[in-house]
Amino acid sequence: MSELGARYREAFAASRARGDGPLVFPFLAAGFPTPEETPDLVRAALRGGAGGFEIGVPFSDPLADGPVHQDAYTVALAAGATVETALEACRVARETQPEVPVTLMGYLNPFLSYGSSTLASETNPGESLGEPLEPLARRASEAGVDGIIVVDLPVDESDAAREVLARYGIALIYLLAPTSTAERIAAVAERAAGFIYLVSLTGVTGARDQVARDFEAFVSRVRTKTDTPLAVGFGISRREHVQQVGKLVPAAIIGSALTATIASASDGARAAAVEQYLEVVTGRRSEETGK
Amino acid sequence: MTRETGAFGPFGGQFAPETLMPALAELEEAWTEAQKDAEFRAELDNMLRDYVGRETPLTYAERLSEQLGGAQIWLKREDLAHTGAHKINNALGQVLLARRMGKPRIIAETGAGQHGVATATACARFGIECIVYMGEEDVRRQALNVFRMNLLGAEVVPVNSGARTLKDAINESIRDWVTNVRTTHYLIGSAIGPHPYPVIVRELQSCIGREARDQLQEKIGRLPDVAIACVGGGSNAIGLFHPLIDDPVRLIGVEAAGEGLEARHAATLSAGSPGVLHGTRTYVLQDEHGQITEAHSISAGLDYPGVGPEHAWLMLTERAEYVSVTDDEALDGLKLLSETEGIIPALETAHAIAYAAKIAPAMSPDETILIGLSGRGDKDVEIVRDALAARER
Repeated sequence: MSELGARYREAFAASRARGDGPLVFPFLAAGFPTPEETPDLVRAALRGGAGGFEIGVPFSDPLADGPVHQDAYTVALAAGATVETALEACRVARETQPEVPVTLMGYLNPFLSYGSSTLASETNPGESLGEPLEPLARRASEAGVDGIIVVDLPVDESDAAREVLARYGIALIYLLAPTSTAERIAAVAERAAGFIYLVSLTGVTGARDQVARDFEAFVSRVRTKTDTPLAVGFGISRREHVQQVGKLVPAAIIGSALTATIASASDGARAAAVEQYLEVVTGRRSEETGK
Repeated sequence: MTRETGAFGPFGGQFAPETLMPALAELEEAWTEAQKDAEFRAELDNMLRDYVGRETPLTYAERLSEQLGGAQIWLKREDLAHTGAHKINNALGQVLLARRMGKPRIIAETGAGQHGVATATACARFGIECIVYMGEEDVRRQALNVFRMNLLGAEVVPVNSGARTLKDAINESIRDWVTNVRTTHYLIGSAIGPHPYPVIVRELQSCIGREARDQLQEKIGRLPDVAIACVGGGSNAIGLFHPLIDDPVRLIGVEAAGEGLEARHAATLSAGSPGVLHGTRTYVLQDEHGQITEAHSISAGLDYPGVGPEHAWLMLTERAEYVSVTDDEALDGLKLLSETEGIIPALETAHAIAYAAKIAPAMSPDETILIGLSGRGDKDVEIVRDALAARER
C-alpha cells in the first residue's frame, strides 16, 4: 500500500512542476439536484480542469453550512441521495482520471450509520468511534477515496477514526479555522496526512466578495507548525480569489459558488455550466468569454 | 489531546466544527473558574432568591393522591419560578457566565418559546443584547411568546430551513455562533450540545433536585421512592435526578410518545438509536441512512429528535428508566392536575403527571412520588382547548 495521502502530494508536486497552480478542488454536493446527474457533473468538472474533488454527503442538519448548501442537501435528500451516492461519485472521478485526489466530505452521523444494519436494536454504541466507521472506510477505499473530511469530528475526538481510515489507506483530513489556537494547530500538525483544510474565515460555507483579510497571517501560523500541504476553502468563488490564495497554498476548494451555478442552470445544461465555471476559476478561460 | 472529560460513558463529547472548539474550551475554563469563585456563587444565589423566587415550594398533592388511591404525590413547583418554568435557572446562570467572559451578545434557540422568554428576561435584567432563533412554524404557533420576547427587548429571528422547528433553530444558532463566536455566547436551553453544555445546564438546574430532596426530608423525614420528570432535551429531569443519583430512589424520565411509538413521536430514548446530533453523541431519531428525522409532540418543549447525553448514559447503566406517554394521555394528565389541585401544568409537565397517574394506584400510601412540575400551562391553553375540542368531535 502506498503512503497515506500520496496522491495529494503527487498532484501538488505535478502542479508545481507545471507552474499552473493552484489546483482547484470543486466541491460537489452528491445527489444534487438528483443522484442520476451526479456522475455527469463529476466528469464535467474534470473536463473543466478540476485538480481534485471534494464530494459532499448530504445531511439533514448541516450546521456548518450556509443556505446554498443547506438547500442543495435538502433537494438531494428528497431525491434519494445517500452516502452511496457520494461513493459512486468518488468512483466515477477515480475511474475518469486516476491521478486526481478524491476527498469525501460529510457530517459524522451518516458516516456512523453507514453499514450498520440494526439501528433500533443497537443499544450500546461502544466508546470508540473506530469500529462503526469501518464499513465506510472499506467501501470508500474500494471507490478510490484518498481522504475523508468529517466536519463535526474535531482532532480531540478523532484518534480512533483516523486509525481505522488509515488501515484502509485513507487519510483523515483535518480542518483548521482562524480561531484555532496554537495548541490545536500543533495537535492537527502531529496527526495530519494528505492535506490540511484551512477554513479561510470565521463563519459558515458560502461565497464571499473577498478573501478574508487575516488569511495570510492564518496561513503563516499554520505553516510554521507543519509541512503537510494546505488547501483553503469557505468563501472562495472567483478566479481572482483562487489566484490570491494560490500565492500561499497549493489548492483552493470551491463549493457554494459551484452549487449555486448548478442550481441556476436549467435541465440539460448543468454539466456544461459546471465545465464552463471550472474553466473560468482555473484560468483556462477568461471571465469575459465565459459569460 | 484525547478528550478525557465530558463523556458519559460512550455518550457526550465535543462533535463540533473546528471554529467553535476554542470557544468551547474557553467556556469550560470560564465555568470551572466561576464555580470556584465565591462571588459568582453568591451573585447567582442572590438572583435565584430575590429575582427568580427560589426556593420554589414543594406541594403535597393531597386530592390527586387521594383520587389515585396509592402513593403520596409531591410536586416540586418550578411553575412558580419567575417566567413560569425551570428554564430561568439555566438562563440566568449562563447570562452571568457570559458577562464574566466579557461576551456582549447572547444567542439562544427556542421551540415553544419558554427558553427564549427566560433568556430574553435574563438578558433584559443585565442589559445584554439578545437574539433568539425560532423555527418559522413555531413563530406562527407561539405568536404570543414572540411578542413577549420582543417586549423584553430581544430580537426573534424566524428560521425557515429544514422543518422550521426547534432542531432547525438550534442549527441556525450554531451557524450564528460559528460566525460571531468571538463576541457571542450561545445560551443553550437544555442539557444537550457539546461538552461542557450538558454539565453546565445540569449544574444550573440541580437546584431543583437539591431543594426537593431537603424539603421532602424536612416535611416527611425521608427520601421519595420514585422521582418523575418529563424529558425532551432533559434539563429539568437531570436537574431533579442528579442530586438523587446516589440515593435509593427510582428515577423515571417520561418522553413524548406523540401519536404513538409506531406513528409520529418524540420518544428518543424509548424508540431512537445512538447517533451524533448538535455536537453530542447521544440517542437520536434517525432513518437508516443516519439522517435525523422529525420529532412530533403536542408539547413543543418535548418536540426534539435528540436528548441530553447524560440521560442516554443513565438509561444504558440502568440507573434511570425512560418511558413515554402519548399526546392524549398527556392531555388527560393536564386535566387531572388542573381539576384535583388547581394547578394547570405545562403540556411538557403533563407527561410526567400522566405517568405518575399510571403507577401511583399500584403503590402503597406509605410510598411517595416526587414529580418535577417543570412549568405552568398558561402558554398552552389555546393548544389544549383545540386538542380537547378535536377529541370530542
